[in-house]
Amino acid sequence: MTKFFAQGGYAFFVWGAYGMVALVLLAEILQLRAQQRTILARLGRLIRLRGEHDQ
Amino acid sequence: MTPNWFKLASPASFYPTAGRLIPVFWILTVVLLIVGLYWGFFETVDRLGGNNPQKEYYRIIFIHVPSAWMSMWLYVVMVGWAAIGLVFNTRLSFMMANAIAPTGAIFTFLALWTGAFWGRPSWGTYWDWDPRLTSELVLLFMYIGYMALHSAIDDIRRADRAAALLAIVGLVMVPVIFWSINCPDPNQCAALHQRSNLTKIDGNILFAMLTMMLAFWMYSFATTFMRLRGIILTREAESTWVHELLTDGGRA
Repeated sequence: MTKFFAQGGYAFFVWGAYGMVALVLLAEILQLRAQQRTILARLGRLIRLRGEHDQ
Repeated sequence: MTPNWFKLASPASFYPTAGRLIPVFWILTVVLLIVGLYWGFFETVDRLGGNNPQKEYYRIIFIHVPSAWMSMWLYVVMVGWAAIGLVFNTRLSFMMANAIAPTGAIFTFLALWTGAFWGRPSWGTYWDWDPRLTSELVLLFMYIGYMALHSAIDDIRRADRAAALLAIVGLVMVPVIFWSINCPDPNQCAALHQRSNLTKIDGNILFAMLTMMLAFWMYSFATTFMRLRGIILTREAESTWVHELLTDGGRA
């Protein structure tokens, strides 16, 4: 297991490359989820506001 | 019965379709990632030791090459949608181009980053003004320029058209990147990237690499559709179907 993580002495380069890919792709997913929630919440508020205004 | 493409191509009907497709693309992404990473790390170890000059850092190939391919493919697809939008004036095409750009920029950045971490142990440097590295960097600026130009223009229809034109001009970078290694005489021009020939790559490495590329394709579909749904909702906020979607039990 230790041998696997050491990557023959190239751990910094192998995990530096894979780590950045994992980090950026996960960040993109989380950002997209948060953004969708924000948009839905904002539109929901707008629609409720208008509904009250009409009555 | 053939589907009515014009009906499917309306934002109102594509919104739920994209929503149904996203989980499918995520499942495919995870499965392909598991297979590709397992194969790359554990089924190609015969490349190490003996007379093979490969060191462990060759494993960066399984993310580097797919990222670089995706950076170019996504640009071509983005330009395709932008061009369709310009010709047919279809709203969804422009939204599709908008949704692709950030994911394309991310893969371009990752191609440069993983390349740097591969270049340092193999070429002795993180960066060099090698033709392919330089042209890939320009592609990153094309993506950033597309997004910046689009967000700088308030009128969304003008923004769509201006950014689409910029994207089409930038398409010239894709063949430049592709042929940036074909240096006929090493004495005449220098290129760190060697000529690549897929038929000469070891079968196990090729299999892992292509599986990772498919995984990145599925990932790109999933994130692009997620972003597209956000764009559709924002742009169609005033329409009745969005109103019905949000009031009808809030199932969005």
